Amino acid sequence: MASEAINGEAGDVVVEVQNLVTYYGTRKILKDVSFDIHKGEIFVILGGSGSGKSTLLRHIVGLLQPSEGSIRVFGHETATMTEEEWQPVRRRMGVLFQGGALFNSLTVGENVALPLREYTDLPEATIGIQVRMKLGLVDLAGFEDLKPDQLSGGMKKRAGLARAISMDPEVLFFDEPSAGLDPIAGAGLDDLILRLRDTFGMTIVVVTHEMESIKKIADRVIMLFQGEPTAIGPLEEVMKTDHPKVRQFFQRHADDEKVDPHEYLEYLTAGGGKEH
Amino acid sequence: MAGKQETSPGIEALAALGRVVMDAGATIRNAAGLCREMAYWGFLAPWKRERSGVRWESAIEQGVRVGWEAIFIVVIINFFVGMISALQSASLLKQFGQLLLVANAVALSMTRELGPLLTAIIVAGRSGSAFTAEIGSMKMAEEIDALTTMGLNPVRFLMVPRILAMMIAVPILTLIADFMGIFGGWLLSVTVVDLGSWQYIRHTMDAIDMGDVMRGLTKSFVFGFLIAMTGCYLGIKVEGGAEGVGRSTTNSVVVSIFLIIFANLVFTAFFYAIE
Repeated sequence: MASEAINGEAGDVVVEVQNLVTYYGTRKILKDVSFDIHKGEIFVILGGSGSGKSTLLRHIVGLLQPSEGSIRVFGHETATMTEEEWQPVRRRMGVLFQGGALFNSLTVGENVALPLREYTDLPEATIGIQVRMKLGLVDLAGFEDLKPDQLSGGMKKRAGLARAISMDPEVLFFDEPSAGLDPIAGAGLDDLILRLRDTFGMTIVVVTHEMESIKKIADRVIMLFQGEPTAIGPLEEVMKTDHPKVRQFFQRHADDEKVDPHEYLEYLTAGGGKEH
Repeated sequence: MAGKQETSPGIEALAALGRVVMDAGATIRNAAGLCREMAYWGFLAPWKRERSGVRWESAIEQGVRVGWEAIFIVVIINFFVGMISALQSASLLKQFGQLLLVANAVALSMTRELGPLLTAIIVAGRSGSAFTAEIGSMKMAEEIDALTTMGLNPVRFLMVPRILAMMIAVPILTLIADFMGIFGGWLLSVTVVDLGSWQYIRHTMDAIDMGDVMRGLTKSFVFGFLIAMTGCYLGIKVEGGAEGVGRSTTNSVVVSIFLIIFANLVFTAFFYAIE
């Protein structure tokens, strides 16, 4: 599967990122990142905290504008698109945010119904059926009349997922799906991700640092280290690479603490004002 | 240290001033941008684009919270203030033997100044701060991002209903405030100051000028706009977690009240000039 998954056919590319560079103030967050995401695969963006992986996701879904480089989603160059041109593209994608991002003033059912009410002319009865179907899919059948603050963290995420798939998107983005969940709930979400891909053929993009989750769901991965892509490719290949940072990540080693005692002493006494 | 340049306090002060001016400039530009977007989604988009109508259901919901739920406090406060202005003017007018002019003084001060001003300040404290807190918390919980990725514009979805609710509710509350202030003044005058009830009412009727009432309402319409804009703008600009939401909420009240008073000054000067 390796080589064909990497190259794929041109028509199969859902997201295409080329030479993406981004700054936060003067700090470079992403340094020349390029990769493709293919139809029907589970693509994992992984890296440690501060590696720029969440920033990368926010670029792809159009919440941030790249400083340099290009991002194409379904073949549309997103940087030059107006809000109006974004609309049809946005309807083909769903995003699950870390905390679920449910609207607290609406019930769970109304949250899931929101995109349907805004974008379709479906009668209320049909919307009701859709809502119950999507909630059933995430094991939240019967919860439609509760308010989000009556749900646990894991349930909120699943409800957020039901809302993200309410318009049957072709590509689904997950920001840290297992963050803040106990291992069982996390595993449940992984199963759900696999099920969505297998039954509906959705393309799925996941940002995570959870090793267990990556091993279970990932087809291909990109690993970021301090904003630089250190490895891209099928999971098995990336796991075999020799890059020290990649190996360290997969084997879960802490950073070697090589501290120069002189430097450390200077650091501690800095600002002490003896030379000022 | 060797590489570090010595800067004189004068230069530093100048640099600090420059930063303040630049920050203020950026804030005004951003706020103006938000105004433009509000105007677009409030007036233009509903005609020009499909599925972009004003969300009246949400506007009514906000109107209930901003207007209906504030009636009680507006009534109480303006009733008391009407009494206070009756007492204050009575103590002054008694010296000139013109006690009956208390009615005129209360009617004028309530409709021209106190009604619109007090109502706006109450609403800024109750609802302007709530706008900032709500929108700020939504931003922190990535709910604003969720709206954007669903293709639902946050300005259209959250802000236009709030600003419309505010611009309708504040003038109505102001009318209630005017009436309650005059009522408070009457009640005090006929009980404590011993003025004749009918005399007082006749004097009030003579003193009230529809032009004054309309000017008061025009002011309160603008106050409503300022409160809602400040609340929404500071909400969407929130940064720094729960603490940031708290800080912005406080700022929302302070900035709103400042803008209300400043706008009031401009209006008063303008009305004085055209009289």
